[in-house]
Amino acid sequence: MMKFDKTIVEYTAKLARMKLSDKETRELALQLADILKYIEKLNQADTSGVEPTSHVLPIKNVFRQDKVKKSLNIADALKNAPEKEGDFFKVPRIIE
Amino acid sequence: MKYYPIIGLEVHLELNTESKVFCGCSTQFGSAPNSQVCPVCLGLPGSLPVLNKTALTYALKVALALNCEIADFTKFDRKNYFYPDLPKSYQISQYDKPLSKAGWLDIETNGALKRIGITRVHQEEDTGKLLHKEGVAMSLVDFNRSGIPLLEIVSEPDMNSAEEAYEYLTRLKAILEYLDVSDCDMEKGSLRCDANISISTDPKKLGTKAEIKNMNSFKAVRSALEHEITRQTGMLSEGSRIIQETRLWDDNKGITLPMRSKEGAHDYRYFPEPDLVPFIFSSEDIKKVADSLPELPTARRKRIIEQYSLSEYDASVLTQDKDMADYFEEAVKLYNKPKSVANWLLSDIAAATSSTVGIKQLNLSVGRLVEMLKMIDSGVISGKIAKDVLAGMIDTGKPAAAIVKEKGLEQISDDKVIENAADNVLRENPKAVEDYRSGKATALTFLVGQLMRHTKGKANPAIANKILIKKLGAS
Amino acid sequence: MSELHKLTANQLKQEYKNGKTTPQGAMQALLERIEKIEPKVKAFAHLPERCLAKRCQAPLTQKIDRFEVPGTFLHGIPVAIKDNICVKDELTTCASKILEGFRPPYDATVIEKLRNAGAILFGKTNMDEFAFGSSCENSCYYPTRNPWDTARIPGGSSGGSAAAVAADEVTMALGSDTGGSIRQPASLCGVVGLKPTYGRVSRYGLIAFASSLDQIGPITKDVSDAALLMNVIAGHDERDTTSADVAVPDYIKSLTKNVKGLKIGIPKEYFIKGIDPEVKSAIEIAVKVLTDLGAICKEVSLPSTEYAVSVYYIIATAEASSNLARFDGVRYGYRHQGEASMIDMVANTRGDGFGAEAKRRIILGTFALSSGYYDAYYLKAQKVRTLIKRDFDEAFKKFDCIITPTSPTAAFKIGEKTSDPLSMYLSDIFTISANLAGIPAMSVPCGFTKDNLPIGMQILSKPFDEETIFRTAFTYEQNTQWHTRKPKL
Repeated sequence: MMKFDKTIVEYTAKLARMKLSDKETRELALQLADILKYIEKLNQADTSGVEPTSHVLPIKNVFRQDKVKKSLNIADALKNAPEKEGDFFKVPRIIE
Repeated sequence: MKYYPIIGLEVHLELNTESKVFCGCSTQFGSAPNSQVCPVCLGLPGSLPVLNKTALTYALKVALALNCEIADFTKFDRKNYFYPDLPKSYQISQYDKPLSKAGWLDIETNGALKRIGITRVHQEEDTGKLLHKEGVAMSLVDFNRSGIPLLEIVSEPDMNSAEEAYEYLTRLKAILEYLDVSDCDMEKGSLRCDANISISTDPKKLGTKAEIKNMNSFKAVRSALEHEITRQTGMLSEGSRIIQETRLWDDNKGITLPMRSKEGAHDYRYFPEPDLVPFIFSSEDIKKVADSLPELPTARRKRIIEQYSLSEYDASVLTQDKDMADYFEEAVKLYNKPKSVANWLLSDIAAATSSTVGIKQLNLSVGRLVEMLKMIDSGVISGKIAKDVLAGMIDTGKPAAAIVKEKGLEQISDDKVIENAADNVLRENPKAVEDYRSGKATALTFLVGQLMRHTKGKANPAIANKILIKKLGAS
Repeated sequence: MSELHKLTANQLKQEYKNGKTTPQGAMQALLERIEKIEPKVKAFAHLPERCLAKRCQAPLTQKIDRFEVPGTFLHGIPVAIKDNICVKDELTTCASKILEGFRPPYDATVIEKLRNAGAILFGKTNMDEFAFGSSCENSCYYPTRNPWDTARIPGGSSGGSAAAVAADEVTMALGSDTGGSIRQPASLCGVVGLKPTYGRVSRYGLIAFASSLDQIGPITKDVSDAALLMNVIAGHDERDTTSADVAVPDYIKSLTKNVKGLKIGIPKEYFIKGIDPEVKSAIEIAVKVLTDLGAICKEVSLPSTEYAVSVYYIIATAEASSNLARFDGVRYGYRHQGEASMIDMVANTRGDGFGAEAKRRIILGTFALSSGYYDAYYLKAQKVRTLIKRDFDEAFKKFDCIITPTSPTAAFKIGEKTSDPLSMYLSDIFTISANLAGIPAMSVPCGFTKDNLPIGMQILSKPFDEETIFRTAFTYEQNTQWHTRKPKL
């Protein structure tokens, strides 16, 4: 159906914002091409007029009431931060 | 060649619910950083969203007020992209099954009504806030805003001038304020607007568009669009090509500049949010919300014209601001001279308000204003002096009577005092007296003016007039 | 009592009640057991330090009688927790470097329920990173080993939970199951594992792999213990909108030794290619046992079975690619140091923090959702998912439950399939359909291979009918002896 190659892996890795080494990229291209070939079996299934399933249960309209609940205390919110400054999370600057 | 600007607007509106859209954290503005976060809005692993019912009801209200079709089935989708203010690295939004579509909003342009299409109104969540520190290669993130309910209101590209866009936003804001679903405060960021604009030689076709961001007021939107129309038209008439891009408005310089594009590909990979179940509305559900809608600006304007015999213009300006219109109707209840109330509201009182200080924030209760209006009617102060009195009331928050007393502004209706003043005026201005007697009627106006100067404007003008004529005729 | 570690929860409760031992005693026995055999099994990602055990709410020395609440009582019972379930202030890392040092500031709903029932939270068990795998080899720590043969894998992804229970390192455990991650390791380790109906147990606090497929469930030494643990963890949760507001029965009441007249379907599609003859024959014998007990066993067809693995690897990886996007080094976990730009920081954090299988699935899932491929892959998979669900709806019109092998083979050797992801994916071939259809399914021990490796039988029933599974499994178990065998360690 389509060729799954290194270029697609590179593009997809960029979308997934995940750095891959050249070796990883090459291996993934081969392995995923293999897996996608297997997956293409799906094309044999006749799905004309079939609705897609996103949720297996027929649950609908689940809400919460508009009530304020206790938030985390600031220390707990920041406890796992790799880097922080004052009560803020700290990150490298966005370049745009 | 004729160039047609084609403009569509995307408005993001923060809803003023008590709690966030998918968790119970408070939406209070201005709290300490990261003090209103929980596992859900901080995107901690394992946490799950649950939709705030009020947020959805507000969304339905807005959609209905904008004449949208409400979907009988709606669902949420994930919009995937990376940004440090987006804690889950996806925004819960709506993609192919928004809660509403195909609405409209009428605006007035050159005295005629024009219908602007509303493509869709859908619900989503706000992101956190990034703070860039000067001179440091780091940014700070505050997630208090993360998860505040947002509506995205997308218009059709139906506007053809900056003025129309301004008018659309003004009308839209009025409706939103009437619904009381948002602060609609652009400075606080509770209402944000991006514009898509292209120029075409064929009014039926869209040109290559630019997306304009970073406009912090309706005036800025208008200026940015005016600038962009000039820029794009200029380019086209020189034969240059417009590039499809995002541009940022620089309010200080009054220009738009291309945004340096973010690295990386753009593909949001929308798919149905598996953590939220779908929502199905019955016609009764929708009717219930529709029945709960308050009177909206257009209807109110019509009613005010009929009920109070105001001009189309006065009613239109009054009803554009819900608080102003409420104030008007309350005042008229206490003081049944609608035209007079409207005049004061639309002139001196409106002048005292600003984008940040509305009529509610002025130190001027309806009762106080009415007291002052009654003082004019009973001749305690003149209409002219009343302007100073009103300013004093707004400045100090004191009642009219106190201002009048403090500053000694009572009107002088005592004949003797005015006669003394008249004598002085006639003595000091023999030339004018001469002119009057030789038939120049305008000289009287001058003399009245001089008398008012003598009495610091406090003389009752009718009495002053009468006494002067009497004295001029007598000698 | 030197053998306290071998007892089931129900047996331990009896000991407590009779005053023969205390929760302290049981914990002591388990900690000694762990000290002795954990180096061979490596079932835990984070060992049940004394402090973790102490932090549970149960007053351990208190006399127990007054805590007796029929059906839900877990007072003083040690329960191991898979490392992808959030326990407040305790390491919860999904066996991934990217969640290095992460201590959630909140408890998962199931953890709250365990605490309220008086359970002792007894360590975090090893797993395939983010539950990606069927062998427990994809852990950032170490592979867990099968207690029956430590050269073999325990199955996955809840391999740590299954191995710990099988090796008597803990009384019972929680696992999570997205495509067989409870049932397959239960089968390979010779213990009982139940994936409840989707929506039966709250997912709040379970670090998501594939949100539309994930369920938490019990891994226990026998069927009664599974019922006991289900009584505690099942039920509607306001914090999980996909959890069903359906009444939870007392599962202990469904432990009746009676399958007379029970209609059991045996799907023919599960007995063809790639299935180990020893597994096939064990299931055939088990079916005969049930038939002899009065069940009516007949062939049934689930024609869309052949698409299950394909559908699963599209839907599960697509959801995972989005669920795992939040691991960006901003708010928690690992951050790659030394980057001046945000984009590089995130890309390197993710490139460095995720293991090979996680990367493989993130790339596959991202691709399946990307513009131009969505319809051909994701949307198509969702439609075929509908067909798979319909197969079961049809089957359950005629049958009360369905029986299949849990896994096509017994435990394979460590390293055997690591270089061939597709063959690894195919080891989930019998368990995936239950997740796609949202139905409950249990694996119960039903025999051993010549090499003394456990074989599991899978019992599936219709949504929210775990009771039929318990009834069938309990009847079978009580008429066989498989669950009483212990690995020699």
